[in-house]
Amino acid sequence: MGNSVGLMDRFRKILGLRKTQGILLAVLSLLVILLPLVANNYIEEVATNTLFYIVLALGLNIVVGYAGLVDLGYAAFFAVGAYTTGIFMKFGLNFWLTIPIAILFSVIAGIIIGGPTLRLRSDYLAIVTLGFGEITRITARNLKITGGASGLVGIQRPSIFGHILNQITDFYYLFLVLVVLAIIIAIRLHNSRLGRAWQYIREDEDAAEAMGIDPVKTKLYAYMIGASFGGIAGAFFAVKMTAISPETFAFTQSALILLAVILGGMGKIPGAILGAAFLVLFPEIFRGIGQMRMLLFGILLVIIMIFRPQGLWPERKG
Amino acid sequence: MSILEVKKLTLRFGGLTAVSNLSFELEENTIMSLIGPNGAGKTSAFNCLTGFYKGSEGEILFKGQSIFRQKPYRITKLGMARTFQNLRLFKDMTVLENVMSGMHSRTSAGIFGAILRPPSQLREEKKIKQVSKECLDFVGILDKESRLARNLAYGDQRRVEWARALATQPQLLLLDEPAAGLNQDEKDQLVSLIRRIRKDLGITVLLIEHDMGLVMKVSEKIVVIDYGQKIAEGTAEEVKNNPRVIEAYLGKEDEE
Amino acid sequence: MTVFYIVIQQIVNGLILGSFYSLIALGYSMVYGIIKLLNFAHGDIYMVGAFVGYGALGILGSRLGIGWLGIAAALLISMFLVGLLGMLVHRLAYQPLINKRAPRMSLLITAVGVSFTLFNGVMVLTNGEYKTFNTGLGYEGISLGLVNITYTQIIMVVATGILMLTLYWFINRTLYGKAMRAIALDQDACRLMGINVTKTIGLTFFVGSALAAAAGVMAGVYYGSIQFYMGFVIGLKAFTAAVIGGIGSIPGAMIGGLILGLLETAGTQLPFIGSAWKDVFSFGILILLLVFKPTGILGKSEIERM
Repeated sequence: MGNSVGLMDRFRKILGLRKTQGILLAVLSLLVILLPLVANNYIEEVATNTLFYIVLALGLNIVVGYAGLVDLGYAAFFAVGAYTTGIFMKFGLNFWLTIPIAILFSVIAGIIIGGPTLRLRSDYLAIVTLGFGEITRITARNLKITGGASGLVGIQRPSIFGHILNQITDFYYLFLVLVVLAIIIAIRLHNSRLGRAWQYIREDEDAAEAMGIDPVKTKLYAYMIGASFGGIAGAFFAVKMTAISPETFAFTQSALILLAVILGGMGKIPGAILGAAFLVLFPEIFRGIGQMRMLLFGILLVIIMIFRPQGLWPERKG
Repeated sequence: MSILEVKKLTLRFGGLTAVSNLSFELEENTIMSLIGPNGAGKTSAFNCLTGFYKGSEGEILFKGQSIFRQKPYRITKLGMARTFQNLRLFKDMTVLENVMSGMHSRTSAGIFGAILRPPSQLREEKKIKQVSKECLDFVGILDKESRLARNLAYGDQRRVEWARALATQPQLLLLDEPAAGLNQDEKDQLVSLIRRIRKDLGITVLLIEHDMGLVMKVSEKIVVIDYGQKIAEGTAEEVKNNPRVIEAYLGKEDEE
Repeated sequence: MTVFYIVIQQIVNGLILGSFYSLIALGYSMVYGIIKLLNFAHGDIYMVGAFVGYGALGILGSRLGIGWLGIAAALLISMFLVGLLGMLVHRLAYQPLINKRAPRMSLLITAVGVSFTLFNGVMVLTNGEYKTFNTGLGYEGISLGLVNITYTQIIMVVATGILMLTLYWFINRTLYGKAMRAIALDQDACRLMGINVTKTIGLTFFVGSALAAAAGVMAGVYYGSIQFYMGFVIGLKAFTAAVIGGIGSIPGAMIGGLILGLLETAGTQLPFIGSAWKDVFSFGILILLLVFKPTGILGKSEIERM
């Protein structure tokens, strides 16, 4: 209990909240934990989806927000994780054992994409990541092992201590645990030697290099960590949906996750959470708009960049 | 023993030769200046030494090891630190965080250290802060450690740059126009700081400077370059009376 | 002998594809040259051009007929309107950020937002349906042995040539062209010399967008049908073409487009690539190029560091 209070306190400090706001956060956490007791299936489904996007947004935030690298193909890592888990489970491997493999493969993908390209200017990097994202999707479409255009179906639901996770509530809590872990990791990375190195590079790459920081290696670390977040999220996505198809990982998906990060405010953890929540909840709340959703998102992106480039969440430092 | 040896260094940009056949040596534990009129190639030479430009030909030895065409971060790691002529601080970070960047190459915590936070990582963080504070104290702005770098006065921002370079724990410190923009009072403090860096910390200092008064006062050896070439070398007295130097700075007195 | 004819036929096909790429690549290169922005929305501008052309042809068809006269009129109308759209996008979305001297990443993300807006805007307006160009153009043409070149193809290449020559004249011989080139070199100096920088950048967007619109209408006529997502992949490829030629260089964009067109047509013929992998092939070229030769064929090399 003492530990959790300490953690709460640290959260409060990171978020720059006052005591009253800290209490608010505690109440909010309690609500999140108790939600499945009161909510119906629909609300739980939407909430689970939100949690899922929070993990992705926190992962991309490390690449875009912490290290300042544009990534327009983040869905590729998400795809690698999902397909790895899907394929290995088809071969009979236990879900939990596929997770390290999914992480490994997505990190390798991150190194393949990042290694040669991180020296490039930011706009070139954007195009290269986009190209890699498309290559990943097209490859998944064309290969037999990934199930071609129709993808993989009938992925088994995982079990934990003999209990098969097949209720929406199970996945809600599973993703909640993932989110909490992701937040802790994101905070710890931010307040570390590596986290500072990212910030130095973002502010002035030449000066950072003059201080003895290897910019390519440091950026590559951001890529690898971002990729592993995507990979883990993908692995869990595969078992939640039980079916995956290449079109899930199209450019739109990458752009949406990027939008979540930018909307909330690059580099800010509560911002990424807020952005992801907005992304999922907005179309749910305004169900009538249907196809207009993406159109509004596009306009929104432009408006944010012009009027509030620092995102919705307020700045910590004055 | 010389800590830095530059041999026949040449740097060309397309058709322009910015540094040509430049050779000099820097003795350990001395204060040396590289001077020359505007556009003489001082900054180009400086950037070759620190790895920010890749020299075309020649050799640069630091502690007997070649650093020619090496990457800047490797050179820093080997023990050569630099400052920038126009301040290059991390403006949106605190003064202490700025100086902590210098300790990066002397520490090692990586991804797992950051996430799992083992005791070794916590010790390292403590060490980084402690050394950084010592450096801030050395340049005299420890009281401003938690201010944002952008909010400091210009003179203090300069000090942050020096502290940051010192935090890399160098054996050789390269100062690029350290007196630029400082008032007379601050320049005097700079002279005593450079002397203290050599005397108290045992660090060799190489500076590029415009301010002749400061150069003459502080340097034990001066190398003068013009049109990318070395035209004179020696003590302040020797250089001052060298006709080629006078010519370079003032132009020929009389065309005969 | 048959192999020879197949090669010639593929070269013809490659050149047609390449001229579309070139026309779009020009807009990328011009905008990049002048404000260092990778105009992500450019592929969607091309797509909008195709739809405006489709609309214009629908209205004009009854008066001018849907033959070449109608198509030429629709092309010009689309070029003009989409050129204005390009200027509007510049004014509303990019210029406010340029004024604030925002980081390049913000501009890039804004461009992604514009792309999203145009893409989804057209999707909503068209209900995501295909539109068919009923031009009634046949497959008549010249036959040289087994090689068939239709009149449509010849007219496409000639039209592209005319557009490019006009552009070349505009950039090199007019005052506006000079201003564009000057701004690419030093924006602040131009401002001091009394050049209206914002207006000139706007004009660059007009010209670049108009060329993309021309490519859009021509693609519609040539392929027969258009849809809202036609700009995405071709936008990426045109960017590849611009990089092949050297981004910022106008002749580079022209040559880069033709090279990519030829490479891709050749690539589809290779047994291990085939049409399923042709996009992977193009993106692969792009990535290798960006990594190993980012300055392209005609681009200026930058001094190492600082």
